[in-house]
Amino acid sequence: MSIAADIARVDGGAKLAGTARFVDDLAVPGVWHGGAIRSPVARGRIKHIRFDASINWNKFVVVDHRDIPGPNEVALIENDQPALAAGEVRHMHEPIVLLAHPSIGQLRRALRAVQVEIDPLPAVLDPRRPLTPELVQYGPDNVFKLIDIRKGDPREVFARAPHVIEGEYQTGAQEHVYLETQGVLASREDGRMVVQGSVQCPYYVLDALTHFFGEPRDAFRVVQTAVGGGFGGKEEYPSLLAIHAVLLANKAGKPVKIVYDRQEDMAVTTKRHPSWVRHRTAVDRDGRLLAMEIDVLLDGGAYVTLSPVVLSRGTIHAAGPYHCENTHIHGEVRLTNSPPYGAFRGFGAPQTLFAVERHMDVIAERIGMDPLELRRRNLLRKGQTTATGQVFREDTDLVGLLDRALQLSDYDQRRNGHEQLNRTHRYLRRGMGVATFYHGAGFTGAGETHLASEVQVAGLPDGRVEVLTAQTDMGQGTTTILTQIAADRLGLAVGEVLVATPDTSRVPNSGPTVASRTAMVVGKLVAKACDDLIERVGSNTGDGDVARPKGTSLQDAIRAWHVTHDGKHLLGCAKYRKPASIEWDEKTYRGDAYACFSWAAYVAEVEVDLRTCAVRVIDFVALQEVGKVLNQTLARGQIQGGVAQGIGWALYENVLLENGAMKNCQMTNYIIPGSGDLPPIRVYFEEQPTPHGPGGAKGIGELPIDGPAPAVINAVCDALGMSIRSIPLTPERLLDLLGSDAGG
Amino acid sequence: MRLLTPTTLNEALEYLAAAPAGEPLIPVAGGTDLLVSWHHHAKDDWNLLDLSRLHDTLQPFRLTDTGLQLGGLTTYWDVISSEEVGAAFPLLSEAARQVGAIQIQTRGTWAGNIGNSSPAADGVPVMMAYDALVVLQSLRERREVPLDRYYTGYKQTVRRPDELIVAIHMPRRRRTVEWFHKVGARAAQAIAKLGVAVVQDECGWRVAANSVAPVVCRCRHLEAALADGVAFARVEDLQAILSKDVSPIDDLRSTARYRESVLARLLYDKLGANGD
Repeated sequence: MSIAADIARVDGGAKLAGTARFVDDLAVPGVWHGGAIRSPVARGRIKHIRFDASINWNKFVVVDHRDIPGPNEVALIENDQPALAAGEVRHMHEPIVLLAHPSIGQLRRALRAVQVEIDPLPAVLDPRRPLTPELVQYGPDNVFKLIDIRKGDPREVFARAPHVIEGEYQTGAQEHVYLETQGVLASREDGRMVVQGSVQCPYYVLDALTHFFGEPRDAFRVVQTAVGGGFGGKEEYPSLLAIHAVLLANKAGKPVKIVYDRQEDMAVTTKRHPSWVRHRTAVDRDGRLLAMEIDVLLDGGAYVTLSPVVLSRGTIHAAGPYHCENTHIHGEVRLTNSPPYGAFRGFGAPQTLFAVERHMDVIAERIGMDPLELRRRNLLRKGQTTATGQVFREDTDLVGLLDRALQLSDYDQRRNGHEQLNRTHRYLRRGMGVATFYHGAGFTGAGETHLASEVQVAGLPDGRVEVLTAQTDMGQGTTTILTQIAADRLGLAVGEVLVATPDTSRVPNSGPTVASRTAMVVGKLVAKACDDLIERVGSNTGDGDVARPKGTSLQDAIRAWHVTHDGKHLLGCAKYRKPASIEWDEKTYRGDAYACFSWAAYVAEVEVDLRTCAVRVIDFVALQEVGKVLNQTLARGQIQGGVAQGIGWALYENVLLENGAMKNCQMTNYIIPGSGDLPPIRVYFEEQPTPHGPGGAKGIGELPIDGPAPAVINAVCDALGMSIRSIPLTPERLLDLLGSDAGG
Repeated sequence: MRLLTPTTLNEALEYLAAAPAGEPLIPVAGGTDLLVSWHHHAKDDWNLLDLSRLHDTLQPFRLTDTGLQLGGLTTYWDVISSEEVGAAFPLLSEAARQVGAIQIQTRGTWAGNIGNSSPAADGVPVMMAYDALVVLQSLRERREVPLDRYYTGYKQTVRRPDELIVAIHMPRRRRTVEWFHKVGARAAQAIAKLGVAVVQDECGWRVAANSVAPVVCRCRHLEAALADGVAFARVEDLQAILSKDVSPIDDLRSTARYRESVLARLLYDKLGANGD
């Protein structure tokens, strides 16, 4: 059994030895380097572009919007984003002119020698501010997307509820800080434009290139290089970067590489959407949730990009994993003149789950109930429904999950210890906080049906097999788990399974590597394609629907097939089909938003230094139910990384905006926690296999970013006896909240 | 960009003396400050004096009965690795361990930290609290300047363009208080939001703080109050005096309010009536 075996990651050796090739490692003879001249203002009309006379511009390739052959649109949900601004700029750092030169030093010098003169226009820098006509830039009201989720009749309930509790919660932007910055290389090979790069979704790039250049799909080939982290940051942004590289390569007639340095990467690429979430909750005397009204507002930035679907996931998760018969969730994502906010691990859910999990503690305090007891009374039970009416059919015991997490964290004993310390210590205060939450695996609603993902498993002449998907390994372990799934299904040793590098000229479109969908959705398709391969070589043992021939016999059968089908390709295929049990209505937002959810209960213990107002997380328990765990080490790594990133979002990572764009775009000034700042992150799994994933696996990648922020801030509130509503809770902000006379 | 690579101290001083007015040489020791945002600088006008071939002359440090003399190329790591220096001047090791992380500590130098004149310099408050003298050498003369009079304004110093920091001297004294606290945004790889070093020895109190003024500075009003034996009953009392010594600003790393308030809280906790 390869599933659940703790095998070493198959890409690990090359990365450890330094032989894995990232895009900037690709040495291409005669390559030119590309870069962009960008908007210096949040919004305005381009008046004049001045090229300094000290540079010999004949030695450069210069591209602007007039060089664009087709529609000046980066294809995504809506095609409203230009690849190069023409006339008007909508955000700081919006690309206007591209330059390329064989010398990167000359390129950098030239980039400093171009001045863009702009007549500024009034800009929207806060989505909460009322609009005046000159600020409207999208539709009648700058609203990119509006979502209403309704269940029961909350209004009627509020009128007679014993308690009505309100709260507003705010989260900041977050930068991905993947290890490897964004980069692509465009070069013409055999009459076809080949784009290699650090991308999460090769087919998104292919679609964008096809639309932009108005050429057929086979005019391009998109190949993933080794990717040093993505976290969603390389989901949609690389489409723009690839367009830029191809524009330059076409005009130069040379291969062109664009690799951002850290400062440019932080300044110009996407971030997590800032959010403002308002809760109004009716509660009865026993602490049962009677009605919830939730208003979600996201800052979308200057173009639509992926914001509508981020809002969708955000609103669907907004009511938390609780039972409430009367719910109204209203969500809006609005335009501002910031660089577009984009995909980031969690995709809207961390924002709304921060709000609801803080709000649960606020409710508990207001009605004088233990926050754990409040959660126990309201956590979903089998047969109850979520806000979209999705029936909770799983056997997962959410109350049991919470109680086990409390036990693992030694909750009661530690809190007793804190009471003593908090009474006597000059400047240290400790507290504990909890978050119970969920994350839907796979695309939202009908997303997977629309994607119609395809996977192939090839039987090779030597008897080995090759898994063909578009799934990228960004460090999260995709290659390893797909290897395990295929080996398990085919009864082969893991060494007999290859996983293809995503390359749109040879792998089918199995959808993007996002949304916690790879293990569950694509993994299941890999298993099905394996079954199809077995059928095709006729070695089905015939014992029901799962064919498991002995490894040797399958390999013999594959080799034998090739003897009789000389030169042909042996492919097992699978295509996504919506399970009959899943029903979703996109218009009313009712039904099964996801095939299944992963569930978790996290417990944070914090220590606050009242002298410096610094918060340190000193212990963290992460307990989750994620279906079958495919690889313990990789899964633990995903959880620990997500918790670290969540702690960063809660306490450290402060995107400072100036004219709508990040101004602290250096790693010395944008603080992500280091290992010295992190607690032991103690990871535990419960496994409740789902029929929707291979071997029962659910999605795991995003879940761990959802819980840490509310757990940590709940713990700070417990330590200090106060109610904190926004993150990041930097020491400066905590000092302001505490007032100048506290502590000392 | 012009790069000069002297192999002797004298040659380095000759280069410095020969540099035309208005085109001063930038001495490079560990290079850790120089490489920050390297790509984003036009480097055409840079004239660099690479000191890396002068290690034999400038890296060694000397600890005697009367004091410690750091060389112009002594690194943080040299101090961290010396048990003797750690015992005699514990705040130096403590501060050195909080500079960046090991990579920076092994390259960064004490003299470079002074020479770069950042108000956030991690190594400077402890040296100032130890009453350090900066030894400047040129072809013409060798002179000593007290570190607390070395800075004349933001990024301004008394060093003439032909001078090189060749040594830093700190006296050995009987100390009754010695304490250092750095507040960074994280446990390592953090530039100071503020830092403070406090020493009381037979010559009196010295309180030196960074990131709270255009230069690393002595808090002389506070020192005077301490010398007078003022007992601070409340943190506000201490902060009222301290506010005459410091003038912090809001920047990318912190706020003026945080810097002054937290500096006062830390000092109060250490030196106040109920302190430790």
